[in-house]
Amino acid sequence: MSSVFVTQAVVDAGPVSMGEQVAFYVLGTGSLIGALGMLFARNAVHSALWLVLTMLNLGVLYMVGQAPFLGFVQIIVYTGAIMMLFLFVLMMVGRESSDSVVEVLRGQRLAAGVIGLGFAGLLVAALVRSLTQVKPIGLAQPNAQGGGNVANVGKLIFTDYLFAFELTSALLITAAIGAMVLAFNEKRRRPAYAKSLQQELVEARFQGNRPSPLPGPGVFATANSVATPALLPDGSVAPESLSEVIESTARERLDPDLLPEPDAHALTAPEQREGES
Amino acid sequence: MKTADLLADDPIWLIIIKVVGIFVYLVVFTLFMIWLERRVVGRMQHRPGPNRVGPFGLLQSLADGLKLAFKEDIRPVLADKWVFFLAPVVSAVPALLAFSVIPLGGEVTMFGERTALQLADLPVGLLVVLACSSLGVYGIVLAGWASGSPYPLLGALRSAAQVISYEIAMGLSIVAVVMYSGSMSTSDIVLAQKDNWFFYLLPLSFLIYLVSMVGETNRAPFDLAEAESELVGGFHTEYSSLKFALFFLAEYINMVTVSGLATTMFFGGWYAPWRFLPFGLGEVWAGADTGWWPLLWFTLKTLGFLFLFIWLRGTLPRFRYDQFMKLGWKVLVPVSLVWILGVTAVRVMQREELSTTFKLVAVLIGVTVIVLISFLIPDRPERDTTIVRTAGSDYPLPPPDLRVPAAPKRRLAAAATAKLPSATKEDGDV
Repeated sequence: MSSVFVTQAVVDAGPVSMGEQVAFYVLGTGSLIGALGMLFARNAVHSALWLVLTMLNLGVLYMVGQAPFLGFVQIIVYTGAIMMLFLFVLMMVGRESSDSVVEVLRGQRLAAGVIGLGFAGLLVAALVRSLTQVKPIGLAQPNAQGGGNVANVGKLIFTDYLFAFELTSALLITAAIGAMVLAFNEKRRRPAYAKSLQQELVEARFQGNRPSPLPGPGVFATANSVATPALLPDGSVAPESLSEVIESTARERLDPDLLPEPDAHALTAPEQREGES
Repeated sequence: MKTADLLADDPIWLIIIKVVGIFVYLVVFTLFMIWLERRVVGRMQHRPGPNRVGPFGLLQSLADGLKLAFKEDIRPVLADKWVFFLAPVVSAVPALLAFSVIPLGGEVTMFGERTALQLADLPVGLLVVLACSSLGVYGIVLAGWASGSPYPLLGALRSAAQVISYEIAMGLSIVAVVMYSGSMSTSDIVLAQKDNWFFYLLPLSFLIYLVSMVGETNRAPFDLAEAESELVGGFHTEYSSLKFALFFLAEYINMVTVSGLATTMFFGGWYAPWRFLPFGLGEVWAGADTGWWPLLWFTLKTLGFLFLFIWLRGTLPRFRYDQFMKLGWKVLVPVSLVWILGVTAVRVMQREELSTTFKLVAVLIGVTVIVLISFLIPDRPERDTTIVRTAGSDYPLPPPDLRVPAAPKRRLAAAATAKLPSATKEDGDV
């Protein structure tokens, strides 16, 4: 938000064109509405979208303030990448989850209040200072010198601010490596849900007797119950398709619905069935 | 005179004419592209493709578009009302916006006003295209989320991950071009390619851009976000009527934009197609780069890239998701980082007033460092040949020593059932 105040200072202090004022009031209102919407939206994804609105407005504000590189980088990095990651996580969490009002951390409200007041004090101090002491000079002159806005920013980053720049990148790389270490699981430290990896399952299956899955209920089966066995091409029952639990349970204990009736034998020739019984 | 100065004094009516002109250009291109795609893919599959409406079926996409507009607009009960409505708009607007910085031609005179065939020329023109493409993804992601059903959500998640990964590769492929042309403004990049085009000066950048532009536009073989055979329609499963049409429009306009950007960055933009030829062959027709001719050259080159999109779709099967991510993060990004390092070294060698000894020493040090680093790379662990791997490759294969079980003997049904355990036996008792 500080950029809004800086522009405000420009409005009050220097000669400002009509277009600049209109742009400021439109964009400032937009970013404020976005910020309030983010606070008061019930749904987490809606909050994120309001924040996107604020960031877009700030980006355009930078462009109006003769910093096109900063403006577009703001849109690409913050709106494009970071908020997209936020949305990604929110979607994983689920669309129905809204904020819980139960206070988990003790003294959270007090701490938040104190820190919030401190932040407000800092903001007001900066605002007052920018309105009274800072003299706005604009970027027109530095943008005209050298190779223009982009080249000047690049030169500054890689000369005067090289240390800060490298420090930031080191911080980011550390964070990235940390995330990778936390997320990476080797064979030994495998999560509880994965008893064996898919590749091991494939190998075991190919080395075993049966590469293909167990046969399901037969093509001509009259029911999809587990008690209905699959049929081999010659019409006999495929033993692998019989459920162990059902086979080892006494007939009297079974639910009548589960009884294999009508079973696959209804499909064999009638004279054979007669022969059996 | 620089393009930015030419554009600076455009009167407002000329800007409006250009805006409308670009919009019409894009929409006509979209209609034509849909027809071309169906015809070309048809040819590739040995069938004629649409040939009924208008000459050669040219009006087919217009008829389809009209039909689409009159279809019923359905909103699912579980959909998030506002976001569901917002998503197609968010996807279409940045697509149209991105084309404003693409230079369609050089200096022309329009209604007595000297101007350039370009709407806006910003010092950060390339970033505008990147920003627009990163905003356009919001449309896809929000559409998937707001639909309130699982398949669109899956499509949206895939799309979010896909675009974040491939935008990095795309941004890195642009860096080398910016280094060679010394500017991020699109018109300056075209002017820098007057004699040498970047597709042969920076071949690796070109290849990486080519791959990532297909990934960025969700087109086959990277169309994982809307994979018909896996996710029904992906993010736009629940959309119909004009909202669906907006998604369709956005996809095709995005294709035109990335193709236009490829033309601008690597194929000399609006310069005549033979401009890069050596031995003065590039200057055989001096008038080719003036007036309205450049618009034709630009359109032809863009059409070439669009044909490549169609060709890929007609040829390649869809990537699996992990293969796609592996390609992005483990191939494209590291290769472009190393490539940028190399290009930077070459640029420094060319630019600075360095002595030959210094250059030689620098090259020597560089080579030594590379060789030393290559020693640090661990050797591949030797394969244990006693274990027959079945799933070492990306696709599970049966092991070479697989013993095929003997086919079961044909048994009599009665004999087989007699051997079976309880259930059948009991059955027999009945």
